[in-house]
Amino acid sequence: MSTAPPTTPPTAGAPQRWRRPPHIANPRTRWALYICASVYLLWALSSVEVDVARLFEGMSRARTFFAAALTPDFVTRWSDIRAGILESLTMTVVATVAGIALSVPLGLGAARNLAIRPVYLVCRAILAGTRAFHEIILAIMLVAMFGFGPFAGVVTLVVSTIGFLGKLIAEDIEAIQWNAVEAVESAGASWLQRVVYAVLPQIMPRFIGLSLYRLDINFRESAVIGIVGAGGIGATLTTAFDRYEFEAVSAILILIITTVFIAEYIAGAIRRKVL
Amino acid sequence: MPVEQQGDTRIWRRRDRKAAWQHFGITLAVAALVVFCTKIISDQTTWEFVGSAPMQGADLAMRMWPPQLSYMAELWGPVVDTIHIATLGTILGVMIASPLAFLAANNTTPSRVFVRPVALALLVTSRSVNSIIWALMLVVIFGPGMLSGIIAIALRSVGFCGKLLYEAIEEIDAHTVEAVSSTGASRLQVLTFGVIPQIAPAFAGISVYRWDINIREATVLGLVGAGGIGMALQGAIDTLAWSRVSVIFLVILATVVLSEWVSAKARAAVI
Repeated sequence: MSTAPPTTPPTAGAPQRWRRPPHIANPRTRWALYICASVYLLWALSSVEVDVARLFEGMSRARTFFAAALTPDFVTRWSDIRAGILESLTMTVVATVAGIALSVPLGLGAARNLAIRPVYLVCRAILAGTRAFHEIILAIMLVAMFGFGPFAGVVTLVVSTIGFLGKLIAEDIEAIQWNAVEAVESAGASWLQRVVYAVLPQIMPRFIGLSLYRLDINFRESAVIGIVGAGGIGATLTTAFDRYEFEAVSAILILIITTVFIAEYIAGAIRRKVL
Repeated sequence: MPVEQQGDTRIWRRRDRKAAWQHFGITLAVAALVVFCTKIISDQTTWEFVGSAPMQGADLAMRMWPPQLSYMAELWGPVVDTIHIATLGTILGVMIASPLAFLAANNTTPSRVFVRPVALALLVTSRSVNSIIWALMLVVIFGPGMLSGIIAIALRSVGFCGKLLYEAIEEIDAHTVEAVSSTGASRLQVLTFGVIPQIAPAFAGISVYRWDINIREATVLGLVGAGGIGMALQGAIDTLAWSRVSVIFLVILATVVLSEWVSAKARAAVI
């Protein structure tokens, strides 16, 4: 941003008017950017094919869809839905705990100020690898390896939890106050003692917050990986979609949203208590 | 600080007796829950399959190697589609999210009792439903193709962008707003000159960040028929053409890494 606001030169009689300085000072770069962006947008928009006939057909489906959304059916498929939600919840608990247990050592190893260089590089590589692919793609591979069912789902969630938490823990550790570590070190503490007494207390509040957040994410993800056969409510959801039972779909979605609401509320309560 | 007297020595404890028991109880309950859940999952697992997983994995890797690189020529179209879906979806999502954020923020909402809770509920709903699930629904309505994908991405982005944006709005400096309104500015003028300049960097940062996430999301939307490279992936998996699957994975990886780089550069430039 330029420092002096460009004003029109004060000519006699003409009203002075302030103008907001443009974000990109150089007019050539600015206009080039605008033109490039518009051309790209036009290209992108033109590549969207809209089939009007199909759209009209869809509108009637949309109506049945919205009607179904307003009259959710919890009863007919209740045993399936209950089993699905419970499976999702158990998967979430197991995967989150296992993911946290694995991400702490990896996070410690991936912090530049704690780990020696080879360990740092290996841990960083593992963390980057776990984050590279979308959960669904991981789930497809793991289902092919472990067979259908919640185990493949748990492994998928564990891997993505490691990628998420490990990276954030490492970044947190790199940002701690080093004085505390030096103080503990000067008392003759070993590496492990330094970590336990000087590093962990500093990252604990954020670590707890992130873990609770990840619990929430894992539940939502567990609804999705079921689509490719990795257990949980997603399997029930796809079945309902395939049978055009939109009342059941709506019931499942309402249950997912309610669970996320409750989880967010509980997480907030815990966070207030712990911090 | 709880201190215990034991004979002549005073011993420092982290918690007093009651808090210690409470802590112990909660830990025990959580541990029991985890063990119980692990048992359920383990009962539903066919352990013979898990035992053979390394073999299966090796088998899969053999089928995937070498990647059928000639297939890459057919992937340019789907990759470009994927990027389009992410970009247009992000733009649409941000367009819906911005007014919602103003309605949800404590300091700009027209009514804290009626409007704010509705806006917040809409944001949470959007965030709770994964873009794949949005896509499942939209494919039923709009038919398979990019349009469903774009709208799915947009609906999912609303919650994320809206939440971050309203938090940014709540954190703005109130003095600037007061200064502008003290000059006799109208509500709209206060917004354009007092509020928007303060949140513009956050707004740009959030949009770019979401775009980067959306590229990843857009790569799998095709699995449910909503356009992009996921459709090619679905086709390759259905025909067990694993040497094509590996090419698609490589292309997805390259796209994601590239978009992360672009987003990091763009964010560094804006903020």
